[in-house]
Amino acid sequence: MEHIYLDHAATTPVHPQVLKRMCEVEKETFGNPSSVHAFGRKARQLVDSARSHIAKRMGANEKEIIFTSGGTEADNLALVGVARANRDKGNHIIVTAQEHHAVLHTAEALEKEGFRVTYVPVDRQGKIAVEDVMDALTSETILVSVMYVNNETGIIQPIQEIAEQMQHHQAYLHTDAVQAFGLLAIDVRELGVDLLTVSAHKINGPKGIGLLYTNKDVQLQSLQYGGEQERKRRAGTEDVARIVGFEKAVELAVEHRIERVEQYQALKQQFINGLQEQDIAFQINGDEQNTVASIVNISFPNTAVEALLTNLDLDGVAASSGSACTAGSVEPSHVLTAMYGSGDEHTTNSVRFSFGLANTPENIQTATKRVAKSVTRLTQSIR
Amino acid sequence: MNHDTRVVIGMSGGVDSSVAALLLKQQGYDVVGIFMKNWDDTDEFGVCTATEDFEDVVRVCNQLDIPYYAVNFEKQYWDKVFTYFLDEYKAGRTPNPDVMCNKEIKFKAFMDHALSLGADYVATGHYARVREQKGRFELLRGIDDNKDQTYFLNQLTEDVLSKVMFPLGHLPKSEVRKIAKENDLATATKKDSTGICFIGERNFKAFLSEYLPAQPGEMQTLDGVVKGRHDGLMYYTIGQRQGLGIGGAGDPWFVVGKNIAKNILYVEQGYSNKKLFSDALTATDVNWIQSDKINEVFTCTAKFRYRQDDSPVTVTLLDNNQVHVVFKESQRAITPGQAVVFYDGEICLGGGTIDKIFKRECQLDYVG
Repeated sequence: MEHIYLDHAATTPVHPQVLKRMCEVEKETFGNPSSVHAFGRKARQLVDSARSHIAKRMGANEKEIIFTSGGTEADNLALVGVARANRDKGNHIIVTAQEHHAVLHTAEALEKEGFRVTYVPVDRQGKIAVEDVMDALTSETILVSVMYVNNETGIIQPIQEIAEQMQHHQAYLHTDAVQAFGLLAIDVRELGVDLLTVSAHKINGPKGIGLLYTNKDVQLQSLQYGGEQERKRRAGTEDVARIVGFEKAVELAVEHRIERVEQYQALKQQFINGLQEQDIAFQINGDEQNTVASIVNISFPNTAVEALLTNLDLDGVAASSGSACTAGSVEPSHVLTAMYGSGDEHTTNSVRFSFGLANTPENIQTATKRVAKSVTRLTQSIR
Repeated sequence: MNHDTRVVIGMSGGVDSSVAALLLKQQGYDVVGIFMKNWDDTDEFGVCTATEDFEDVVRVCNQLDIPYYAVNFEKQYWDKVFTYFLDEYKAGRTPNPDVMCNKEIKFKAFMDHALSLGADYVATGHYARVREQKGRFELLRGIDDNKDQTYFLNQLTEDVLSKVMFPLGHLPKSEVRKIAKENDLATATKKDSTGICFIGERNFKAFLSEYLPAQPGEMQTLDGVVKGRHDGLMYYTIGQRQGLGIGGAGDPWFVVGKNIAKNILYVEQGYSNKKLFSDALTATDVNWIQSDKINEVFTCTAKFRYRQDDSPVTVTLLDNNQVHVVFKESQRAITPGQAVVFYDGEICLGGGTIDKIFKRECQLDYVG
């Protein structure tokens, strides 16, 4: 049985060109970029040129890019780094209820450090209201963090509008763009954000590498102590091969963005149409028109998500829901809970399907049949 | 062919269910491992023992190359098992949560879940056997007398048994350990869990006091002589000697009963004190695995506690799934709330919950 991967929002297969480039670098360049000899310079050159190319492709200056171990570290650095460095300006932070745990749990940790955090709600369509963010702003606010695209629903959030309206406020604006990068055109100046998170493995790059864009005006305190890498903002020897792989992934994502978006959108539409042809009941969660091409979150009435995901996996379809919690069991999604309210059936019968490089029209067709089979089995067995 | 037969096995992270999964895999079945999370014991540091147990399930399933999943039955467990557990203590009785867990969780909620995954059979690591004869299913004792767990499985129905596999039923525990070691299973040397699953290794008294207010009161003999204070009736069970804190001259003291209304714990002296003995009981919620084969009045053997030897009894059926059970020889420390389980040789016929205790046809009110 062919296992079909419909979980590209969790992670993506590494693009062959990325892998090729990484292998070359890993083989040929082992030097430490901080070393003051030929080996070091060779490595340093690769890191610098990757930094410069990536920066250019998102409208940033190379000095504004901090390589991190991934999206989680970048989010942590954005929140904690800004909060601690700007305490003198206030102690209030705004995030949204549907942020990734990399932001939410960091905000909760900052609350324990004495910061006040406002959690902006999300509507039933999965969207944050700009007014809600503005209403939450106070003279004490030092940071606002709103994700660009939600990782579970794929809903696009009004980051540019928030940035425009916050223009004259002291607070910095951070956006976790992990699910947006490569699918939406991103120019940090046009978008108007001060900090922005990107992760490589969501765009067919390697795991273990990401970046935080930090506008040159942002005051940031490093979270790690050690060497002076990344302009003293992120100590630790750079992973040269991963950085170069990230560079390649960014290049491919940006250059082929429009064609990928069209391709993923077509696969998603084929999947939805395929489900409609099967005799099963389902609804799409959130505003479909405002969703990125690769993600759809679907509620299947009269099913239970744990049984559904297990069934799908046993039938060779990989999808996901919410986040795994202790001891491997599935918790109701905090994102859907924020949208629909605690205890609503959507929070326990919804699955996220996300499309990408591992999909073809053929395996999507097979997947819809398998999904229909699992859903039918469950709705019949639960009765 | 076995590879077309899907067997979903409940895996706890212990050695028994690990070996059960191994044996099924060796027999060529399409084996799927599932870990049940029934209790949230996350401490203030976010650590829970369930996580460690799940990690053991993952290790073993990776060794066996079978898929594994987890399922959360915390709500069902709370509603069906823990609520019953607390209610029984409130009523002054000594509940048996393992019997209820098997009835409501492992062989109901979990079985339904497994069937929804296309399972042909559900397996567990229990020491018991299922025998099929002419389309009928019987529950038999595990061949390891010391480990036989049919006592806890007395509420299973024939319909459930028709879809159950107990791969360890024909093995002694020592053999199970040996198989685990020979196959280098990750759980081969893991200690067996003891006590009630959700309490684990914690102090029972401290655990219970988190959920039920303790009401200390007087310890008296049945003649009303005050012998001391008790910490709360729920902490004591019939026949208990430990923890009474009354010593002195003569034989040791034992719990013989409880008066819930007056909050009195009755104690008497001597292991073989006659107040601890009875000759009949009634039981409620009686389940017969093959009810059509049960007569109105019949003789068989019974267990009143886990790991006790069988005793000959005469059973008379009453209305409302109740039975009256007369013992051939008087029994010590029969405890309301515990299970009475009936056997015909190696066949487990079914069982119920001990409710009232009698001696010479008079109910022993003092037992509680």
